[in-house]
Amino acid sequence: MQDELVSLVTFTIDDREVSALAGMTILDAATAAGIDIPHLCSDPRLEPTGACRLCVVEIEGERGVQTSCTRQVQPGMVVRANTEKTFALRKSTLEMLLSEHRVACTTCDMDGGCLLQDYSYQYQASETALPNIALPCDQDNYSSGDKAIVYDASKCVRCQLCVRFCSEIQMVEALTLRGRGGDVEVTTGFDIELNESACELCGGCVNICPTGAMYDRQAMGMGRPNDLVKVRTTCSYCGVGCQLDLNVNPKLDRIVRVTSEVGCVPNDGNLCVKGKYAFDFVHSPDRLTTPLIREKGELREASWDEAIATAAAGLAATRDEYGPEGVAFLSSARCTNEENYLMQKLARMAGRTNNVDQCATTCHAPTVAGLAAAFGSGAMTNSIAEIEDVQTIFLIGGNPTEAHPIVGLGMKRALRKGARLIVADPRVTWLAARADIHIKHRPGTDNILVNAMMNHIITNGLHNEEFVKERVENYEAFRENISAQTVEEAAEVCGVEADLIRKAAEWYAEGTPSSIFYTLGITEHTCGTENVKNLANLAMLCGQIGKESSGVNPIRGQNNVQGACDMGAMAGKLPGYQMWSDDVTRAKFEEAWGGVLPSNPGGTVTDFIEKAGEGVLKALYCFGEDPVRSEPNTTKVLKELGQLQFLVCQDIFMSETAKLADVILPAACFAEKDGTFTNTERRVQRVRKAVAPPGEAKADWEILCDVSTAMGYPMSYEQPKEIWDELASLTPNLAGISYERLENEGGLQWPCPAPDHPGTKFLHGNGFTRGKGLFHEITFREAAELPDDEYPMILSTGRTLYNYNVGNMTRPTLAVEAKQPENFVEIHEEDAARLGIKQGDRVRVETRRGMITAAAHVATKVRPGAIWMPFHYGESSTNYLTNDAFDNITRTAEYKVCAAKIEPVS
Amino acid sequence: MTRVADPGELAALKTRLQEEGVGGGARIGVCATGCRAMGALELAQEFRDQLAAQGLDDDVSVVETGCHGQCARAPLVLVEPQGFLYGKIKTGDVADVIEKTVREGVPVERLCEQANGEAVPAMADIPFYKAQRKQVFRDCGKVDPKRIEDAIVRGTYQGVAKALTEMTPEEVISEVTDSGLRGRGGAGFPAGVKWGICRKVQGDEKFLVCNADEGDPGAFMDRALLEGVPHQVLEGMIIAAYAIGASRAFVYVRAEYPVAVEHATLAIEQARECGLLGQNILGSGFDLDIEVRMGAGAFICGEETALIASLEGERGMPRPRPPYPAQSGYLARPTTINNVETLANVGSIILGGEGSYSAIGTEGSKGTKVFALAGKVENTGLVEVPMGTTLRQIVFDVGGGVLGGLPFKAAQIGGPSGGCLPSEHLDLPIDYDSVKETGAIMGSGGLIVMDEETCMVDIARFFTEFVKDESCGKCSPCRIGTRHMFDILQRITEGEGEAGDVDRLVEIGEFVKEGSLCGLGQTAANPTLSTIRYFRDEYEAHINDGACPARMCKDLIKVWIDPAKCVGCRVCLTVCPTEAITGGKKLIHIIDQDACTQCAECYLVCPPKLDAIVKLTGREARELESLPAPVLYTEWRQKVGAAAGQPSEAEVE
Repeated sequence: MQDELVSLVTFTIDDREVSALAGMTILDAATAAGIDIPHLCSDPRLEPTGACRLCVVEIEGERGVQTSCTRQVQPGMVVRANTEKTFALRKSTLEMLLSEHRVACTTCDMDGGCLLQDYSYQYQASETALPNIALPCDQDNYSSGDKAIVYDASKCVRCQLCVRFCSEIQMVEALTLRGRGGDVEVTTGFDIELNESACELCGGCVNICPTGAMYDRQAMGMGRPNDLVKVRTTCSYCGVGCQLDLNVNPKLDRIVRVTSEVGCVPNDGNLCVKGKYAFDFVHSPDRLTTPLIREKGELREASWDEAIATAAAGLAATRDEYGPEGVAFLSSARCTNEENYLMQKLARMAGRTNNVDQCATTCHAPTVAGLAAAFGSGAMTNSIAEIEDVQTIFLIGGNPTEAHPIVGLGMKRALRKGARLIVADPRVTWLAARADIHIKHRPGTDNILVNAMMNHIITNGLHNEEFVKERVENYEAFRENISAQTVEEAAEVCGVEADLIRKAAEWYAEGTPSSIFYTLGITEHTCGTENVKNLANLAMLCGQIGKESSGVNPIRGQNNVQGACDMGAMAGKLPGYQMWSDDVTRAKFEEAWGGVLPSNPGGTVTDFIEKAGEGVLKALYCFGEDPVRSEPNTTKVLKELGQLQFLVCQDIFMSETAKLADVILPAACFAEKDGTFTNTERRVQRVRKAVAPPGEAKADWEILCDVSTAMGYPMSYEQPKEIWDELASLTPNLAGISYERLENEGGLQWPCPAPDHPGTKFLHGNGFTRGKGLFHEITFREAAELPDDEYPMILSTGRTLYNYNVGNMTRPTLAVEAKQPENFVEIHEEDAARLGIKQGDRVRVETRRGMITAAAHVATKVRPGAIWMPFHYGESSTNYLTNDAFDNITRTAEYKVCAAKIEPVS
Repeated sequence: MTRVADPGELAALKTRLQEEGVGGGARIGVCATGCRAMGALELAQEFRDQLAAQGLDDDVSVVETGCHGQCARAPLVLVEPQGFLYGKIKTGDVADVIEKTVREGVPVERLCEQANGEAVPAMADIPFYKAQRKQVFRDCGKVDPKRIEDAIVRGTYQGVAKALTEMTPEEVISEVTDSGLRGRGGAGFPAGVKWGICRKVQGDEKFLVCNADEGDPGAFMDRALLEGVPHQVLEGMIIAAYAIGASRAFVYVRAEYPVAVEHATLAIEQARECGLLGQNILGSGFDLDIEVRMGAGAFICGEETALIASLEGERGMPRPRPPYPAQSGYLARPTTINNVETLANVGSIILGGEGSYSAIGTEGSKGTKVFALAGKVENTGLVEVPMGTTLRQIVFDVGGGVLGGLPFKAAQIGGPSGGCLPSEHLDLPIDYDSVKETGAIMGSGGLIVMDEETCMVDIARFFTEFVKDESCGKCSPCRIGTRHMFDILQRITEGEGEAGDVDRLVEIGEFVKEGSLCGLGQTAANPTLSTIRYFRDEYEAHINDGACPARMCKDLIKVWIDPAKCVGCRVCLTVCPTEAITGGKKLIHIIDQDACTQCAECYLVCPPKLDAIVKLTGREARELESLPAPVLYTEWRQKVGAAAGQPSEAEVE
């Protein structure tokens, strides 16, 4: 199919015959052919604009010169890129640009990395050919007080890349131009402060600036491009897995700024505020730098030897005394594949228990369980790059422009390409506000909504009969189950118009191609797994899966939650989702690991906490997680974890959980170690060490080896690559991936069973992993706790653009803190008016489990009767409120629905 | 409003209106558009009041019309059926007009004075009009622009009827192509060809835009058309939209034209009510609606792609071509943009057939062209002449010659994008191709006449300042190049010119021309390059001799009182704003050169008989000697043996 789309054009440039894809610009075709044409205002991500006039070429048969960035190649076209005339024009243009540029290279942060400087040198353009008319450099502007971005109009070449990026890619239009002629400057609308504007701090303007006009405030004076070393690594925030370049000043052993390169996968040089700016935590003075041991109730510093010995002894003693149910290991979706592999191996071989889990339980375990049941494989079926070509996007329970901004950019791109957008979300998110259909349903009613859509589809014969017949089983029972589910009843229960449901169903069924996207709005319910299964039902019913840009796409929340699951850091599965209950598999691992695998069923993190409270679980090794902050009903969690006899925490900060620990092991963060992460689209990508860990902190994999060895199961590796080689040899899906390939080819998507396998772009193309897809009969049931007279509101929680989970990594960044300094609660203006709450008021939010205060954000973003809060703020921790009611299959908590009341703080 | 459903009903309506005498009979036509600033509305009211007071209001109607063209005589009033055109008329004249002309049919001579001093009452006899050929403006000044009935009775919309019901779009396109109509916006691209390209492009939705973003300083023919004959413009738009296949159209007009906006908006409403816009126009099955969109006053928005950006709500900045608007214009749909004057020609082309239109004009340029005649010319205003009329005919026959009878030096044609035509080109037939050969462009029709007292460097500086300020700032050559050109020109006019400046101007000018993205930049250097081409000596005089031959650049001139001629009349002394002139009765006046600002007010008021005040430049100025102290002029004349023939104080008085 691809071959049909791609047609080649042959043309001549500088007497060379060159082939290019039809539709390519002369500039791109020339660049691909290795012919250098200077350009300042062109970027492959943006529509060409032809402003700088440097890329002029001569085209045979045409008068004058043409800009190569705006002209598409035509068959037989004869282009002369480098002639006397183009050279002279470019040189004159450069001299013009230099004349309106404050040539301050000696003090400029971009000295050595500035395109104007490079071209001026190349063309020997003189900065004295014309009188200098640069704008004044010391003028206050919209960026003067900004913590993240600084704009200096005197260095601006008016290429407008920043403005166009802000409008075309980011689509926030925070930046604009003002003035005419030589007075043109970049600014915000009405010159308001950047921080007050629509700016989302993605830093795209800074990254795209060809000169030093737009720069990172905190990086000023911290090193010029030639002083800095770029270390390519993978972002450690959400599951998108953006490729970052950590710009390190080796003299300072410090990350100075973060950039990204156009063309890199999956983010194509685009970043969000977290990837771009939230790295200050790395060098935070609050990092743990030395091992700590609790003695007489107080923590004291200890040597590594002592700390390892104490940790190992405590764990081993509990294991020996209480058996496999007495000890548990909490692995980390924030850490590398290698480390997760080691942790589950440690749990099983040194801890002799299947009590191993990580935070997938907190978020996407229903995805893994639900999709595995329906398709046989619990991962995102398509790639991020396929999003832009989806024709009908059905986004339910997800807010990618905030939680997964680069996936959000893909959807924005799809919108620009004409996609239809259906959003089902109780909140008016950025995408919901721009959706063709927004179903603003009551939280917790997803299943009845989806059932009604499917009923409407079947009733109107819009389903894909052939697909259903050939590729799915259990259709009749499934159909029978939803046959009575009317759209009207669903509309009543969901609190939306019936016609919206019908139209959404029709559009989704007919879309070519359609694709479902969801996140925790689907999974964090007591019916989370059922929700996921039902979305799988919808996709299979319409045959909207198993093809390019079409499938069921959960977007994973943590940088390596996919990898942590892949690595078997969960009770039921060994690496690669191999079942420990399977004899052949067991034998393979027992031979490789040199020991006997445990046989207890093991539990999830929510089980661990409950069991601790019940006095069954005695010791916990918690690594890179903070369950006190992240699990629901904090008061209860604290009480339950308090029952543990022995708690080991391994972390980069003194987390709330670490404060309870007997031994604390200081760990390296993502920028201080090597390894791999696997992103939401199953892409394994490298993590590379950029700076040294602070103090005595060590890479997690080293600590894990030491603890395991001290517990009596020796583990020793020289470097993470060795760990990878071992795990890949045991995991068929990853067998073809090696560090060498990752180095040479970039990230690879599993399944990748052999060294010559290119990786898998989308799943289930030639049949489902489990053979036939399986329809499930899902019946709607209400959430565990519904509003009543005493607690009349529905509280949902979620993530914001600026902060990440428990906030300790994002909040050290000043620009982030300036943008979103405190916890808040969104409330509908009708409710606010009734309760006497005004914008910005402090309010008390209370549930049966706890009470906190926060600032009120009054608008119409949430439904009347609903409130919404983030959970990023330790001083006002939302999980004191959330309900510890769990999904019946995966034990994921119902963060999205609980009953609450809200009142002004008098 | 009568709704017309087919061409027959339109014809019947026209006949009925004719029978009712609409647009005819005894009328006082007051230009209420261009002349509004000269008190025309008050004048019209005065006519109404007095006619009513005299019981004549049933017999004589007062009509607020569009522009008559002879703006130098504003405000203008046309009295019908006599056909007398009165100028510089005040409310105090109204009684006489009613008494003499309305009642007795005789002219009020004092309101008929022409530039040559003659009193010519009948519009048809006025030399200014005799030398013109009014086609586009034939109805302007005669109809009430606020009444569609006035337009219909004069045949407007007959072209629509013919095009929509008797011709296919292709036939319309070939008719217009064959007529030779070229874009009046400036570039002169054949209108029919433009339509044909847009027609052929595939697209579900196409748009037509009437470009009324008239931005050339001094040009106002598009404004006058929209203000004075809006229905004629709409007629052209309907036919053009039919030809290209557009069902939506816009009038993009600058917000600084409130009367044009008002009249166009009203005309659209009336046409809609009349069934000439909307669904199934005249039963043809063709649908069209038109809306008015206001621009915010950026010169660049007259450029097609910038106009489209502005229509879309974006900052008005040009976009690269290709794709051309015909392929991807408004909302990326095929779009045709035509100038107001172009569209105003269309109706008569369709009605008259191509032969009658192309009979006028030159080989490559057909029809008439409207010019906004300005500068040092007697009859400033709007003039319409056949293509190929010579510059001399326009300036002297129509324009009545250079103001004050001074020698003609040059004419700036085409506004800031154009260039100058020196006296050697006085016999140049003005059409697209001839003008282009001189290094100027036809442009939208700005024509500024310059005499010997116009400094060509200063003119170049003026226009360059305009384009520098109006450059949108997008592309580097235009944004930066025009700024450097302006800086150099400014320096030269300030006497700070340096050797090599002229070559540098040519070099930057050619670079800006070649390197710029859009028409603004590509033509921005024209005023400079063409003045250098024809008046390089003036530049060199500024630079090398510190002299402004036209004696206009203040930094290069000194104003001096010739002691041999001054009689101490004190006239100049009283007007000097800086009190730089000393002297007294019969004492020869002296200008304190340190206090003088070269405003030359004194120069203007010195009695012509004396001609004692002169502007000096160059060496004369640098070496001038003033009297140390005022002396009696009689003594001075005795002392130096005053020139014979110099008038005395008494003679002057």
